[in-house]
Amino acid sequence: CKKEDLNLRPTNDLVADQAYANPAGYKSQLVKLYASYALTHPSGATGESDIGGLNPGFTDFLRLFWMSQELPTDEAICGWNDDGIPELDKMTWTSENIFIRGLYSRSIYQITVCNDFLRESTPEKLASRGITGQDATNVQRYRAEARFLRAFQYWVLLDGYGNPPFVTENDLIGKVAPKQIQRADLFKYVESELKAIEGELADPMTNEYGRADKGADWSLLARLYLNAEVYTGTARYTDAITYSSKVINGGYTLSTVYKNLFLTDNRSTSKENILTINYDGLHTQNDGGTTYLINAAINGDMKPGEFGVPTGGWGGNRSRINLPKLFTDYSGATDTRALFFGTKLENDDVNTFTDGLRVVKFRNVDSKGVPAPSIEGKFSSLDFALFRLGEQYLIYGEAVARGGSGGSVGQALTYVNNLRQRAYGNASGNVSTINVDFFLDERGRELYWEGFRRTDLVRYKKFTEAGYLWPYKGGVKSGAGVAATRNIYPLPLADLIANRNLAQNTGY
Amino acid sequence: QTSSLTGTVLDETGLPLPGASIQIKNINKSTMTDASGKYRLTGLPNGATTVTANYIGYTALTQQVTISGHTVLNLTLKPDAQNLNEVVVIGYGTQQKKDLTGSIATVSAKDFQKGAITSPDQLIQGKVAGVNVISNGGQPGGGSTIRIRGGASLNASNDPLVVIDGVPFSGNTVNNAPSPLSLINPNDIETFTILKDANATAIYGSRASNGVILITTKKGSSAEPVINFNTNNSFETIAKTVDVLSADQIRAYVNQYGNKSYDDNPDHTYKALLGNANTDWQKEIYKNAFSTDNTLSIGGIFKNVPYRVSAGYLDKQGLLITDKFERATGTFSIAPRLFTDHLKIDLSLKGSLSEARFANEAARASAIQFDPTQPLHADNQFGNYFEWIKGSVPNPNAPRNPVALAELRNNTGKTERSFGNARFDYSFHFLPELHANLNLGYDVSKGYGRIFVPAYAAQNASTQGFQGRSQDTQNNKIAEFYLNYAKDIASLKSRIDVTAGYGYYDNKSTGYNFEEYRADGTSVTRTPAFPFNVEREKLESFYGRLIYTYADNYILSATMRSDGSSRFGADHRWGYFPSVGFTWRVIGEDFMKESKVFSDMKLRLSYGQTGNKDGIGNYNYMAKYFRNTNQGQYQVGDALYDYYTPAAYEPDLKWETTSSYNVGLDYGFFKNRVYGSVDVYYKKTKDLLSTIDIPSGTNYNNRLLTNVGNMDVRGLEASINVLAIKTENTSWEIGMNMAYNKREVTNLTLDSDPNFKIDAGGITGGTGNNIKYNAIGQAPGSFFVKKQIYDASGMPLQGVYADLDGNGVVNADDKYFFHSPDPKFTFGFNSAFSYKKWTLSTVMRANIGNYVYDNVSSNFGVRSNILSPSGLINNANVDVYKTNFTNNEYLSDYYMKNASFLKMDNAGLAYDLGKISRNGNTTIRISANVQNVFVWTKYKGLDPEITSGIDYNLYPRPRTYTLGLNVGF
Repeated sequence: CKKEDLNLRPTNDLVADQAYANPAGYKSQLVKLYASYALTHPSGATGESDIGGLNPGFTDFLRLFWMSQELPTDEAICGWNDDGIPELDKMTWTSENIFIRGLYSRSIYQITVCNDFLRESTPEKLASRGITGQDATNVQRYRAEARFLRAFQYWVLLDGYGNPPFVTENDLIGKVAPKQIQRADLFKYVESELKAIEGELADPMTNEYGRADKGADWSLLARLYLNAEVYTGTARYTDAITYSSKVINGGYTLSTVYKNLFLTDNRSTSKENILTINYDGLHTQNDGGTTYLINAAINGDMKPGEFGVPTGGWGGNRSRINLPKLFTDYSGATDTRALFFGTKLENDDVNTFTDGLRVVKFRNVDSKGVPAPSIEGKFSSLDFALFRLGEQYLIYGEAVARGGSGGSVGQALTYVNNLRQRAYGNASGNVSTINVDFFLDERGRELYWEGFRRTDLVRYKKFTEAGYLWPYKGGVKSGAGVAATRNIYPLPLADLIANRNLAQNTGY
Repeated sequence: QTSSLTGTVLDETGLPLPGASIQIKNINKSTMTDASGKYRLTGLPNGATTVTANYIGYTALTQQVTISGHTVLNLTLKPDAQNLNEVVVIGYGTQQKKDLTGSIATVSAKDFQKGAITSPDQLIQGKVAGVNVISNGGQPGGGSTIRIRGGASLNASNDPLVVIDGVPFSGNTVNNAPSPLSLINPNDIETFTILKDANATAIYGSRASNGVILITTKKGSSAEPVINFNTNNSFETIAKTVDVLSADQIRAYVNQYGNKSYDDNPDHTYKALLGNANTDWQKEIYKNAFSTDNTLSIGGIFKNVPYRVSAGYLDKQGLLITDKFERATGTFSIAPRLFTDHLKIDLSLKGSLSEARFANEAARASAIQFDPTQPLHADNQFGNYFEWIKGSVPNPNAPRNPVALAELRNNTGKTERSFGNARFDYSFHFLPELHANLNLGYDVSKGYGRIFVPAYAAQNASTQGFQGRSQDTQNNKIAEFYLNYAKDIASLKSRIDVTAGYGYYDNKSTGYNFEEYRADGTSVTRTPAFPFNVEREKLESFYGRLIYTYADNYILSATMRSDGSSRFGADHRWGYFPSVGFTWRVIGEDFMKESKVFSDMKLRLSYGQTGNKDGIGNYNYMAKYFRNTNQGQYQVGDALYDYYTPAAYEPDLKWETTSSYNVGLDYGFFKNRVYGSVDVYYKKTKDLLSTIDIPSGTNYNNRLLTNVGNMDVRGLEASINVLAIKTENTSWEIGMNMAYNKREVTNLTLDSDPNFKIDAGGITGGTGNNIKYNAIGQAPGSFFVKKQIYDASGMPLQGVYADLDGNGVVNADDKYFFHSPDPKFTFGFNSAFSYKKWTLSTVMRANIGNYVYDNVSSNFGVRSNILSPSGLINNANVDVYKTNFTNNEYLSDYYMKNASFLKMDNAGLAYDLGKISRNGNTTIRISANVQNVFVWTKYKGLDPEITSGIDYNLYPRPRTYTLGLNVGF
């Protein structure tokens, strides 16, 4: 027998030179980077996952990100007893919490595949594969998008974990454990990346739907600067105003109807969304994403068909009492952003789904009430906005209120009232004065359940502190403060053991 | 004119030996003795001739006799030296039992329990110390899990290598044939040889870490054709069902706790949902089952060519309605000897066809949970099976009607399999001590499956039914060649036996992918990305063995194997697996020879290294990109895109290696009326193929299958066989064995870290709840649980757990390790008592120290299951009364149960008529047999014997009553 007799190749798999053989391959591989924040695995909703350590259905980016940003806050509580969820509800997590680990792993996975794309798209690689001219120029833009997606995931780690391991395209696949980066340094890195690629990205609203452009880049910079004091100790509100203004002047317009933002035709009903994760009940199947946001928020007897998920309804997530109380009238009759279901506001029992108003913001139907097709009656086709104009208005306003320069109170009032007029349908809800605290509440009313709350409460020093409470905060029914340690999550114990370069966040 | 020869064959004590063979070689005449040891050969020419008498375990006796008219010749056989001249099959050859250096056990046809054995693995259940055979449940054709000395791996396979007539099985199976052994007819099996320690197994190198089972099938042996017909007809009943609440108990429960609304409408109370029916859902889905198993075989020697042909047909129903399994088997073997026996050819072909309908397994859990106050049928659009309906669709959170689940899902499968080999053994004319042996084998199979669910079935309401099919093929080839040289060197009182060989193995399986449809067969619901996928592995091997015997009493054996596998990269492809064993036959020493007490005494020492690479993917070492499926596309702009994803890979992947040490003692007393062996072993596995957490950011996954970690296995095995009674009419043989086995993970990280643990087994209920972990200092798959706190009356308190680390906070840090599913001790007991023509036999087994997580109780036994927030009523098992839990407490150690047990697997009574007429050759044997006779255990669940340690959806093991008839001509 010949020596190479033992060299076998799988039937349907490729090597890099085949996957990146031509311009179409590069385009596909760019889409891969977007697909992997929409999916748990390229096989759809199967038993497989891109990351290990928790149930595959839990492992997509949005579900994990949403849980980390909403469940430990005044906005949401989950009734499931699944390992790790009560700890998020009650802020008693340890470094072994599988969801905290999941988001960390998903973010780093995303970074790793972005690095792969960057390694495979260097000028040398392009030349060796005969990709030149306009094709090579296109790939240049793809590279900028890959760097954007990587910077976005590093922002998630910066915000949630502070001091994660750090890898770029210069770190090859293998066993050399990554070094840890400190939070302030990571802030600088994310900032520098976003600024470095700004010129290479498409102008706002000129890229294909679902791909990042300058608007997304500026939006993330604005969000980064708004929270800069938390990340580095140094406030950057002026920069927040600068970049939110760039977005606001980028050509985006508010959706005329608030609730349409969370319906399946949101792509066509407005120009408010800046960058979306695109879901499809037939072709992009996933137990996370908006499938999770919709199904976990309703149960079987809420007529799931009306939410476009006739076989769905998982009965888990609902609001804590603080959320409807942000609205003077939570019926939705005056402020149409109050999209609640049910009668009982109190969260007496964590496991009882009807203890707390249900949030029925996200639906798998379009603005005419037509459900999106879904093969199993549960998968959603609702696209989720990672960045939308409404947030940028509120960043602008808050940064002005916090003393940033380059903007004006008058402009801030205009932006806030634009949002409130949309909500009320007239000027009756307009405000004439604004202060810093107003924006926390207004963000709650405008952006609740969209994955902002933990970051907002930390910035307002209300996440761990005893001065602001909600049911089961700190594991106590009436609420209690917890150690300031919990303003960031611990690094997962599994990675601390695997990677000796990592030091645990203080207090864990 | 012809004459006859008659007589009686007696054993050393003067008792008749039934079943001994008598042969006159030069004229090709042979017969067997009857129940009273008598034989009769007719039609013989007068004159001097040679008669040979043979009986297993006795020295063959050859005697000259001059036949003249009706001649009488009585023969007395002597047991061969302590029963041990028996030849035992070892890897690539045979060896006399007395010379064995490894830990090897044999179970042959005479030891098999007669009766309803439809899968070969059950033949050795309880018979061999350290070999656990656990049936995977009561599903027809469902097979068993076999563990030899507990298994030495974490994420790779723990299954032993199975070799049938020299053809190693790949370990792969086609779909719809769960156990590779289930396609073999047990009636065709002559012996099992189980290789346990490294000295015995290392010649199989990289596939040997979990032990090796060699199966030898029957061959023709007597001159006269022997026709044998065997039929077993069985009746199966369910031995136990899950103890759930009755309809009246549910009514009482709901009346007590359910006077409240399940939604925002005060009229929607649970009470109002109660039905008037009394339905025992488990009764509805389980039925008594019949099966018939028939085998006809013809074997003999035709013109000096031994041959055997057999055909078998099995038709077996399952306890679960709609389950059915049919299997037809055929075997053919011939063994011509050419060139005055210099060339021996063994040609063996085996084939099987099976057809099965697989019942919907979901019906079982559903039958536990479904509300007993509801009727089986109702007037609705779901085929008139009662279902929980919300609006016009089935309530998504309700269980489905168990009977509808089974009856409306038609899942059928068909397999065709053929395997066989041709072995050529040539002993050189000029050097007869040198043999060349060539073995060419194949194993091909095809499996087909179809599933149909009608559009109206509630179970697939969202897709309006289902149509799908599957197909896969296996194509495995092997070629082996070895040279063997064996020579006695009388001048040196030595014997040498040297073997050197080469093997080539090519295992290939192809899976085909098909579209899935709605029941209408036209609306496509799923399109595969690729029409098929080929998985292939090649293995190339070199091996050698030296056995050196000095003065008959000192035996040294050394083996070496080198394997190269396509599963590993070029730098890590080859593994080397040496072993050495030494045996001292104490009994052969002069000081023992005159002993009246000892009839055998042998000391064995061995050391060896074996490998393991099964149970992992074929291409894990290479960098590759895989395509998304059509459900994993992504949209940008207006187009959906397909793309390729880099897969995590480990370029340095290699074998895991187990080093084994074994000390064994074989003993026999009183002319071997009492005999057995004791073995002590220690196995250390390094470079475990384990899926572990790797530093995030270093690969395309945070977990990777890599070679990390160590595991130790320590154990002790002992067996004793006693011929308690042996008189003219009565005999009583008893066999007992016990094993102690302890596995411990000693490292799982690159930098050894005692805190590392990794989940190793999820449970049902909630999502992502793990109860088993692999952790340092624990047995693999140890349970990791919260410590339940109880009130003064002994009731567990909902959600109250001990603060084990004493830091004032009860959280995930307060979990602790609690035993494992591994039994600490296993015992086997078998007994055969014969009186005249009657034989009463039994097999019993016991496990001690195996723990089970009662997932049935933890998932169903809570109030929020009975009074479901989704607006329906469910049933629960009676454990709900013991906890009174409102919500699930999945990780409470309350649900950890000691599942030690004693089982009687088998009890049988046989009546052997022997020859039914003086002159005819017809023999008849009738047997009655009960399987799964009783289970003694404190465990309250369905069955304490759960391989995974998580009791949830076990297919109940039936109690089987069998009547068997065996007729020989």
